[in-house]
Amino acid sequence: MNGLVYTRYELLRALRNRRFFFFSLGFPLLFYFVIAAPNRHVTDFDGSGISLPLYYMVGLTSFGTMVAMISTGTRIAAERQVGWTRQLRITPLSTRAYFRAKLLAAYMMAGLTIVLLYGAGASLGVGLPAGNWLAMTGLILIALLPFAALGITLGHLINVDSIGPATGGGASLLAFLGGTWFPLGSHGFLYQLGQLLPSYWLVQAAHTGITGHGWPARGWIVIAVWSALLSLAAVYAFRRDTKRV
Amino acid sequence: MTGTGIRLSRLSKSFRSPEGPVHAVRAIDVSIERGEAVALLGPNGAGKSTTIDMLLGLQPPDSGDVSLFGHTPREAVHRGLVGAMLQTGSLIQYLSVRELLKMMASVYPSPLGVEAVLSQTGLEAIAARRTQKLSGGETQRVRFALALLSDPDLLVLDEPTVAMDVEARHEFWNSMRAFAARGKTVVFATHYLEEADQNADRVVLMAHGRVVADGPPTEIKARVGSRTIRATLPDADPGELAALAGVARAERRGEAVVLSCADSDQAIRALLERYPAARDIEIAGAGLEDAFLALTADPDTDTDADAPPPALAP
Repeated sequence: MNGLVYTRYELLRALRNRRFFFFSLGFPLLFYFVIAAPNRHVTDFDGSGISLPLYYMVGLTSFGTMVAMISTGTRIAAERQVGWTRQLRITPLSTRAYFRAKLLAAYMMAGLTIVLLYGAGASLGVGLPAGNWLAMTGLILIALLPFAALGITLGHLINVDSIGPATGGGASLLAFLGGTWFPLGSHGFLYQLGQLLPSYWLVQAAHTGITGHGWPARGWIVIAVWSALLSLAAVYAFRRDTKRV
Repeated sequence: MTGTGIRLSRLSKSFRSPEGPVHAVRAIDVSIERGEAVALLGPNGAGKSTTIDMLLGLQPPDSGDVSLFGHTPREAVHRGLVGAMLQTGSLIQYLSVRELLKMMASVYPSPLGVEAVLSQTGLEAIAARRTQKLSGGETQRVRFALALLSDPDLLVLDEPTVAMDVEARHEFWNSMRAFAARGKTVVFATHYLEEADQNADRVVLMAHGRVVADGPPTEIKARVGSRTIRATLPDADPGELAALAGVARAERRGEAVVLSCADSDQAIRALLERYPAARDIEIAGAGLEDAFLALTADPDTDTDADAPPPALAP
């Protein structure tokens, strides 16, 4: 069995889906320029000591990559709709090879989102030490794992007519509770809740670019636990997904 | 590899529905030898698709057992022994026909060459076309090509010609027979008696989740091939009509009468002799539905007369 050929065509399919590309990559970018371009000279955003273009670059990178990962579910729901998932079940394709292809396609989209937003930030004068860029990118990629598993799970549980609201609403809620749009502060219910969510640590991963500090142990644990739970859910959802849609 | 073919033993499957449980498949036993081409014939809701789903391991049976060449369905699929064209389904987008076949060939242990499959299924001319630009018939041919990719020992086709026009159907069955001629086992579901007659060595007739007849196509045709005569005849008495030579049953529907015939040639002569005023006469092959209703109403074939009426399989 040659999983590489299968994965290669899966990536090619993702790259050729122009409309998906346009909306998935275009919106965070557009959003970024609308907010940050007119305020490119704000060097101390809201008393944080951070320039506004930098603040929103990391915020939208965490949001854009999260959406890119969860959107895997949209493509899977569409494949189920045309009976393709059932077709795959009567081939020897392993669960592992299937997941690898879906995961890599999702990471490819997230990677492109990162490159585009970093480029957009740089075009508005964002400059960071090389170590910060690297640490931020590495942690973001790790923090995206639970969202990839979430996307696959939703794709196999929800039909194509309701997957849009499910992934859009889910991503918005997780972004909101994770502190993507405004700081959660350092106490209170939302802060306590946020600390338990993968989206909070994704935002913190992106903030590594600003602060230079990585996650505390708690961040690693929360991401690891969510990754494990959602991966199990994804495997379960895929294995039971053999019915006619 | 063992020489055993396909064994379905006491296979049952029910679904929940708002009206109570639906017994889609009721303890059927079917044995198919290697190299046979078998049609699963029956009206919608007879349990054909559910049987095929269980045969392929897509749905677990409630009870009973499936063995494909001595393997479970999952093992057989894993070894690339099974190719299938499911009833509903289209193709994933953003790949050409050739790319899609290459992608799927890569998951099999010893696939046929993609170019060979393209030529066998007559797809060379559209091999470079994107899957989303194909017509319904072309899509079906690509799905057939996907089923052949692994060079399977068993080919399973669930109502494969639904989206095809007459010519496409003809070509499709030619390709299928060419495949079967290589000693392969073929199981296909259809609700067309003619398709079963022309392309199968053997017909398994299903109704209400049961096997109601199993034999060569000629035998099955004789059992379900009765005809009906319909004529406008306002004054005739159904009792007298039923007594005509060749007529099994007579029924009044408004101005018209409908005669179910054991021998329609004899019946039409008798009808016109006795009732010269009969007009608007139509002679039609009985729908399979009617034939199956007749078959399943027979107490010998239906031991479960109190069972709820069959619902359409999902």
